[in-house]
Amino acid sequence: MKDKSVLILGATSAVARSLAACFAREGARLYLAGRDAFEVERVAADLSVRFGVEARWGRFEATEYGAHQQFFDEVVGSMGGLDAVVSAMGELGDQGLAEADFNHARAIMESNYNGPASILTYAAGYLEKRGGGLIIGISSVAGDRGRRSNYVYGSAKGAFSLFLQGLRNRLSACGVKVMTVKPGFMDTKMTFGRTGMFLVAKPEDVAETIFKAAGSGVDVLYVPWFWRWIMLIIKLIPEPVFKRMKL
Amino acid sequence: MHVQRLDGVEATVAGWGRYPVVRTYLKRPEKISALTEIIASAEDRKLLARGAGRSYGDASLNPDGLTVLTERLNRMLSFDPDEGILRCEAGVTLADVLAVFVPRGWFPSVTPGTKYVTVGGLVGCDVHGKNHHKDGSLSRHLGKLRMTVASGDEVDCSAALNKDLFWATVGGMGLTGVILEAEMSLSRIETAYIKVRKIKSRDLDETMALFEEHDSRYRYSVAWVDCLAERGGLGRSILMLGDHARLDDLDARRRENPLSVTPKTRLSVPADMPPGLLNRYSMGLFNGLYYAAQLAADQQTIVDYDSYFYPLDAILRWNRLYGKNGFVQYQCVIPPAESKKALTELLSSCSRSGRGSFLSVLKRFGQQEGLLSFPMPGYTLTLDMPVSPGLFDFLDELDRIVLKYGGRVYLAKDARLKAATMRQMYPNLDRWLAVKAAVDPDNAFSSALARRLELCPR
Repeated sequence: MKDKSVLILGATSAVARSLAACFAREGARLYLAGRDAFEVERVAADLSVRFGVEARWGRFEATEYGAHQQFFDEVVGSMGGLDAVVSAMGELGDQGLAEADFNHARAIMESNYNGPASILTYAAGYLEKRGGGLIIGISSVAGDRGRRSNYVYGSAKGAFSLFLQGLRNRLSACGVKVMTVKPGFMDTKMTFGRTGMFLVAKPEDVAETIFKAAGSGVDVLYVPWFWRWIMLIIKLIPEPVFKRMKL
Repeated sequence: MHVQRLDGVEATVAGWGRYPVVRTYLKRPEKISALTEIIASAEDRKLLARGAGRSYGDASLNPDGLTVLTERLNRMLSFDPDEGILRCEAGVTLADVLAVFVPRGWFPSVTPGTKYVTVGGLVGCDVHGKNHHKDGSLSRHLGKLRMTVASGDEVDCSAALNKDLFWATVGGMGLTGVILEAEMSLSRIETAYIKVRKIKSRDLDETMALFEEHDSRYRYSVAWVDCLAERGGLGRSILMLGDHARLDDLDARRRENPLSVTPKTRLSVPADMPPGLLNRYSMGLFNGLYYAAQLAADQQTIVDYDSYFYPLDAILRWNRLYGKNGFVQYQCVIPPAESKKALTELLSSCSRSGRGSFLSVLKRFGQQEGLLSFPMPGYTLTLDMPVSPGLFDFLDELDRIVLKYGGRVYLAKDARLKAATMRQMYPNLDRWLAVKAAVDPDNAFSSALARRLELCPR
């Protein structure tokens, strides 16, 4: 990763920060993007101080689709090219509110699917033309099966997982790797204090796992690993049974 | 553990001594704006920032109020390599600072005996280290502090700007507002090692004579005291003097990588030990063996900084050794003229009561500023004692001795001091209360310690 250029979208989340630290530790040059410019700047400063690397930053709004192409071109220009793009965008939102108000549901869908899909469209085009590179998309186990407790968020993450899968299929021929990451519960502001959480992973540990897997060409990463098996079981439950379960 | 509530996650928390334990509502902001929002919407609920929770007693506890965990507000914001000044958020830990800066040849100007503490906590307790006699406490090495105060405003303060707020915030136990950012100076080092000289003493007289003879020539000094030794041996100690090793002091192998230290295997205490494990006999045995283990009366070694400054950090959760009832750490300081008499009385009381301490340390302080900062010129003695029947009466007795000789007790360790006693120990309390009244008139920031010691505006 030494001297590679990496764009991290949604850089203020706990896992993105930790992942950025992994890249920085190995000497990568970073561009951090996020909605809250004040916070993105602080995260960038932190990485510069801790790792002595160059960390640029900029404001990025997931739903300003019209600005995405230009934003991406500017990042490429300012970094002198890009080797990797990480999407860690998304908001959990409030399932109850989303059930009552589609505007909220749409906000969840756009921040978790449309936004990432939009910016990755330009990133994919760039890397395809360049003939190599890496895309890491942070999706969620919530996208593996629709559940009453978070199906709006889950549907967006599920769509994002499919988008990444298609992208991987399209880009494998030209040497661009696409990794789909499906974290289980992480100790972040999304989960802090919520009931029904179990096996909660630390974002630093999740980030380390993602970073290692990215280096070894994994396609779909469940993290921590046991979520692959938990989700397999959940996916195998027959629908007539599943629909009556409270999950 | 938790029940989700709009006003925070209900949880029970304690300090490092695990006494007392209280119910509170936790918030854990990951952005400055989230922190500001918590303060703005607290209404009549009391607020308190909590860092690593490493103060021993009730300083970081806010029963039934909102406890704002600062652990995710831990960004380092800038470092000036000419002046050695680090600007960072309050949730940055000293362990982070060491990991980042020791390899670059910098060391914290002041460090307490654990590195698992946050910058916010260090400031709030105005901590001291083994170099207090030379370098003073942390407040002497701070630049600007940026805080959010009860009004919701962000305010900067330093020893030059908004002085009153600064001197009330250092050592102010988190009661003047939430620290967002602090500037802290680091000192240059050539190696990650400490050149240590250990000198044995036979009794208190000799211990104090050794301090007075040697400590002005060493950056660091501290004595481990066998507080269970009786009569003739009362106050027998091992004085540990230290300086940052220079490159020339290292052997060829260490000189290759002078600023890197191999990470240690750390052990953890897996569960609560039975409450009686650390009793007068086991502690007496430990103390006797520790004293006897050093054969030479005067010896020199070179050790890495972790072993010198943070020996207990090698055992994670060592507080469990005292059992589930918890323990109290008692740290007091006595002015120089009366130190000898007071220390003799304090150590005799310990020895007589059999309430020895697993680890007791003695150190000589230098000059100090600050309204509620603990240090003052003189000798400071630290004792750990498991919570058990009669302990608080016994500590009241120690308070009387400390008070009689014009000393005081350290609030960062305290869980049981009485308000009236504290008032006598801290002569600048009224000045501190005046600043508190100006900056937080409705007493929005509070803690169990503040309520116990009546640290609120009238």
